[in-house]
Amino acid sequence: MAAALQLDRVSKTYGAMRAVEDVSLIIQPGERVALIGASGSGKSTLIRLAAGLILADPHGQGTGAVHSFGVKVQEGGRLASEVRAARRHIGLVFQQFALAGRMSVLTNVLVGALGRISVLRGTLGLFNEDERRTAYAALAEVGIAQHAAKRARELSGGQQQRVAIARALVQGAKLVLADEPIASLDPKSAKRVMDTLVTMSRDHGIALVVSLHQVDYATAYFDRVVAMNAGRVVFDGPASQINAAFLTELYGASAEELILPSQFVVGASVPAEIPVTQTVS
Amino acid sequence: MTAADLAHRSAERTLPAPPQTPFTTQLFRLALAALTVTVLVFAWYEAEMNPAQLVRDAGNMATLGADFLRPDFSDWDVYVNAMLETLAIAIWGTVLAVIAGIPFGILSADNVVPRWVAFPIRRMMDACRAINELVFALIFIAAVGLGPFAGVLALFIHTTGVVAKLFSEAVEAIDPAPVEGIRGTGGTWLQEIIYGVLPQVMPLWISYALYRFESNVRSATVLGIVGGGGIGMTFNETMRGFLYSQASAILIMVVITVSLLDMISQNIRKRFI
Repeated sequence: MAAALQLDRVSKTYGAMRAVEDVSLIIQPGERVALIGASGSGKSTLIRLAAGLILADPHGQGTGAVHSFGVKVQEGGRLASEVRAARRHIGLVFQQFALAGRMSVLTNVLVGALGRISVLRGTLGLFNEDERRTAYAALAEVGIAQHAAKRARELSGGQQQRVAIARALVQGAKLVLADEPIASLDPKSAKRVMDTLVTMSRDHGIALVVSLHQVDYATAYFDRVVAMNAGRVVFDGPASQINAAFLTELYGASAEELILPSQFVVGASVPAEIPVTQTVS
Repeated sequence: MTAADLAHRSAERTLPAPPQTPFTTQLFRLALAALTVTVLVFAWYEAEMNPAQLVRDAGNMATLGADFLRPDFSDWDVYVNAMLETLAIAIWGTVLAVIAGIPFGILSADNVVPRWVAFPIRRMMDACRAINELVFALIFIAAVGLGPFAGVLALFIHTTGVVAKLFSEAVEAIDPAPVEGIRGTGGTWLQEIIYGVLPQVMPLWISYALYRFESNVRSATVLGIVGGGGIGMTFNETMRGFLYSQASAILIMVVITVSLLDMISQNIRKRFI
């Protein structure tokens, strides 16, 4: 089976700034990967490149191709003609939720069906009973079915993020890319959202790529960690190898941004009392 | 502390001398003042300003004023009908403009269409806006004849230009994230607009549309004077016939109607913001 996500030597420069430099990455179907790095290390750019929301440099060292389940997203700095087909099975979760605040929660979730139903029906907003039921079931799965009729902006940040996850479920995504999904949430909501994401991934066999700047979440929820620094992948391996000493070695002074100050002791391993107590295999 | 003390203290700290306006700046200011005076004087003669005339023709003004102070509402039903016609012109002029303004507004927003699409459409809207309703009314009277329909068309074209600009500015100010959310689900361009852009701009758009309706009611009263139908036409006839008492009655009706509509639409607008 084709990889859930395959990046071949992708680069992206903004002016003189190299946001992503010659990154190749393969994510297998059903795999869960944490993407860590300080702010400005290129995590968001990489995720946006993978979703085809931005275009890679046309004249990088390689072809700069992005494929998802064998369908091309972009290559050589141009969107593939089949990009809509590729996006259909890529669910996106953003830091700022990216919901239409004035629309109802249910409609925001129904939007996930747009890629599957006829263009005319989707454009006119004529969702049928079956799609409504699917959307409602997805809301129930993430635990906010009781808010279905409310406007999205009336929900708390954590609840809005779970609406976005429900949208990816309705979409039937086989790969979910989450860009800093918990960065603007309080710790309790953050844990709830991470639980929801990982449960969704496990129950539906959805590949999951989550960018984080809290390393403790990465090690608690994920088996595989990809670490970025200055646009390059500097580590790709099991989460068990990640500890404060290793991070300091990788990032030097900027490691402080990745770890809580109390944990920032050279030579110490990640302490047991991490905010997330539930361990996920 | 005396002033001398202060001076003494600052001397101790060897403050530099206070900054002085440079000579060139002073000269520039003088030239600016001279230019302003010249423009005002020139415009005075160009506009044939003559306050003495107000005093010399005070008698005429008194007759006019006296008649205006005795409004004559005996033909009120005629005025009400004419006022309704004016409102009808404003309603359809605005509705057509909003319908046309939605696509033109979206197509002239830089963040949803490429520049080569936005640029020509914006220039087209500029042209619609630059020409006054009255001028359009004169053009359409030549095309479809005297009457309210010419007024509707005039308001339609001018207001489309205005509404498209206001709408596109609202679109350009949106948060791009919800649009990317729709793009990420595999939605089409139109679906991105409908689910990502419209929910964000709707309150502003409704508010702008209502505001334009208010101003169109005011414009529609004037359109009648050049033959665009409605209360303006009736007003023009009474003025030409020296029926100042009736003209006064019409003006009172216009003021009351416009204020009422402003109040109602302001109330509706508040609800949407």
